[in-house]
Amino acid sequence: MNYKYFPHTEADICHMLERIGIQSLDELYADVPESVILKKDYDLPSSLSETEIRTFFQQLGKKNQQLTIFAGAGAYDHYAPSVIAQLLSRSEFFTAYTPYQPEISQGTLQYIFEFQSMISELTGLECTNASMYDGTTATAEAMFMAIAAGKKKNRILISSTVQPNTLEVVSTYAKFRGIELEQIQATDGVTDKADMERKLEAGDVAGVIVSYPNKYGIIEDFSGYADAIHAKKGLFIIQADPSALAVLKSPAEWGADIACGDGQSLGMPLNYGGPYVGYLSCVKDLVRKLPGRIAGATTDVDGKRAFVLTLQAREQHIRREKANSNICSNQSLMALYVTIYMALMGKQGLREVNELSYSGAHYLHDQLLATGKFEELFKQPFLKEFTLRSLVPAETVQQKLLEQGIFGGIEVDKDCLSFCVTEKRTKEEIDKLVAIIKEI
Amino acid sequence: MKYYDKLIFELSKEGRKGYTLPENRLKEYTLASLPEGLKRQQAPELPEVSEFDVVRHYTNISNKNFGVDTGFYPLGSCTMKYNPKINEEMAGQPAFANLHPLQPAATAQGALEVYYNLAHALAEISGLAEFTLNPYAGAHGELTGLMVMRQYHLKRGDLKRTKVIVPDSAHGTNPASAAVCGLNVVEVKSKPDGRIDVEHLKPLLDDTIAGIMMTNPNTLGLFESDILEIAELVHACGGLLYYDGANLNPLLGKCRPGDMGFDIMHINLHKTFSTPHGGGGPGAGPVGVAKALVDYLPSPRVCKADDGTFYLSHPADSLGRVSGFIGNFGVMMRAYTYILSLGKEYIKYVGPLATLNANYIKESLKDCYYLPIEGICKHEFVFDGLLDKSTGVTTLDVAKRLLDYGYHAPTIYFPLLFHQSIMIEPTETESLETLDEFIDVMRKVAREAIECPEEVKTAPHHTPVRRLDETNAAKHPILRYRDLAQ
Repeated sequence: MNYKYFPHTEADICHMLERIGIQSLDELYADVPESVILKKDYDLPSSLSETEIRTFFQQLGKKNQQLTIFAGAGAYDHYAPSVIAQLLSRSEFFTAYTPYQPEISQGTLQYIFEFQSMISELTGLECTNASMYDGTTATAEAMFMAIAAGKKKNRILISSTVQPNTLEVVSTYAKFRGIELEQIQATDGVTDKADMERKLEAGDVAGVIVSYPNKYGIIEDFSGYADAIHAKKGLFIIQADPSALAVLKSPAEWGADIACGDGQSLGMPLNYGGPYVGYLSCVKDLVRKLPGRIAGATTDVDGKRAFVLTLQAREQHIRREKANSNICSNQSLMALYVTIYMALMGKQGLREVNELSYSGAHYLHDQLLATGKFEELFKQPFLKEFTLRSLVPAETVQQKLLEQGIFGGIEVDKDCLSFCVTEKRTKEEIDKLVAIIKEI
Repeated sequence: MKYYDKLIFELSKEGRKGYTLPENRLKEYTLASLPEGLKRQQAPELPEVSEFDVVRHYTNISNKNFGVDTGFYPLGSCTMKYNPKINEEMAGQPAFANLHPLQPAATAQGALEVYYNLAHALAEISGLAEFTLNPYAGAHGELTGLMVMRQYHLKRGDLKRTKVIVPDSAHGTNPASAAVCGLNVVEVKSKPDGRIDVEHLKPLLDDTIAGIMMTNPNTLGLFESDILEIAELVHACGGLLYYDGANLNPLLGKCRPGDMGFDIMHINLHKTFSTPHGGGGPGAGPVGVAKALVDYLPSPRVCKADDGTFYLSHPADSLGRVSGFIGNFGVMMRAYTYILSLGKEYIKYVGPLATLNANYIKESLKDCYYLPIEGICKHEFVFDGLLDKSTGVTTLDVAKRLLDYGYHAPTIYFPLLFHQSIMIEPTETESLETLDEFIDVMRKVAREAIECPEEVKTAPHHTPVRRLDETNAAKHPILRYRDLAQ
């Protein structure tokens, strides 16, 4: 029983059993039916020492290939300042629970408030919650908000240009809750506005979900969307890359009611898909439909400024089955991550990140076209991600790149490959990719 | 130490910066050429601060926080055990942390092996057939598990089953998850001894029941001794049993939900398997199912081919996707490290030692706090406030006074079965000395409630801030700096 995570000596255990008035640890389970008591050890590996653990994962890590990332599709390889990981490792932050006792949780509450403030700056919308699991589930929760706000309305329209994983998650959530989810067609790589208007005309639409930039990397023009949707009393929901919002017209400027998405693009490691951090912002009128934790400013009995979880009457632990969401936790530590990132980068840095990504992506775009192995798919504006039609089989492109340690060319539609360039990619890396394509 | 109360925005000064980026060598391509109509008109007001400003700011605000590493954190139902540091080191390795979620499976075999082996270790520990690790948190696991339950009935064409039974002592997420999953909640009552009333359950069981959600031990820390009979009854009516894994910790090494008849469960890796709570996340909520339900698990699934390689699959009967990719992989790395560290030799002591610690505190304090239900508890137990109710000192006051003495408060006012609930869960990683010191302080607070009640009612006195005006915070919400600054 002597293991480094258990401080109990045998004498301790004897003393404690005596206080409880029993003879053995087994007696602690006297109320468990005998037939379900485990009579053997688990079929698990034997305990490893710390040295063995390190060796084990080093060996396992060799089975992963370190690639130069020219892909996005919802997970972006942006630069992460060194400071962030250092600050995140302060265990005052990462070993804390949800800030239920505000008097000893001001650190957490304050960074949540800062996170909310910064995300609200990017989206332009007044209210942001303490964060969500990821961008896909944040979008599903945005749908729930629209359904709750729409009273009896039960239809949601979603553009077919959203990332496929978002579409699938939103579909799953809609299916089980009995929400009618309908896709809006795409024309020229963007949401077909006329199709949306036709579908709005049919009535009963609680909300419309679009993506920004979309799955092709295209920055869609949402002029007139808000008016068309609001005329039918629906909510306009934009799933947006928050990094890109530093330079692109904001959801608020487009007239959106809700903005949602994944904060991963704010310098977070790729981490093979998680943990990331979803965000959810809305206009003031919808704040009571906003799920999850929200931090607000207040004062203590001495008049000191302080922060506290607020508007809790919305939440599952109060409303139980009447709650509009079952969200309990947030991705707090990851919210801290992107908060520190945004603090370091500031408004100028985020702009530069976008400028560098834009330059690299457009250079790659033109160079790829010049190889003659690709042709333009759509003539639409993009930022750091774009899609071209491949004139050679998609698989060949992907394979040739992989052989040279490059991950790029995600197949969006048949033989249509998307590439992404962030500020981390050098001109040499881009030229190398192009050279490999030329060779095909 | 000086009290620090700045917000990062208040350190901002135009022209300061906290980053370096490479020079743009492709300047001929510029954002300026984007169509005007797509450009942002007003730049976001993010702070402009130096790198050191940022470091000092977040270091200072971290000092206003209390974590497991700071001190004893007996928060009931939250399993605030020690978060081993080797877990963090392993999770941070670039060979895993730099993987793109969509890179081909052939180039991420090490990561997929972690996923697969962790899933199988959890299956062994729970006595269930298979696990998905895709759900992001406990509540997300509940929702996913209930989707499995519904998918099972739907695929069998059994469309009437729209109700799920939830005990009155359940975590709030249980009924909320059920509602979000399109199920109607039926509440089953507890007996005076805190366990499910089987006689009240029986008449609820018919062909409209999709299943029952249970926590075992329940939120009072009591083992549901009638579990085998309950399982038989629910299965006999065609329903499934869902196990809320929030309270799995005390069962480690002693018994398995699958052996009790549970068909579906979730596990909170951030509770039982030592991954940090992170101030409210990220967690992970893997979902395990019995053999008959494996095909309904969410996609993608991580599978192993005959040649030993791992791949992702999207089974036709799957309930669909619940996460952007395959879940919080970084959290899986930590939990897997924990399981490998303890191994089969030591993991079996987690449950008994956690249970020992809880019972020790309970027995040591029941002469000054009211213990509504006597007997052996599991990993946690609930007092219904102070034994002496004449002082006017409430559970909230006791909780706040504990902060003055350097402890995190227990969970309070939950479960809802009692008016003054104080729910205490020490976990197995706390020493006898820590427990004894906590017991002494709890006794001291009980004495203070009689001798100097005002001192307790106005606590805390020695924390970075004192009691907050929560009413005003909710009445006039200020949720961002822009509104605060005005």
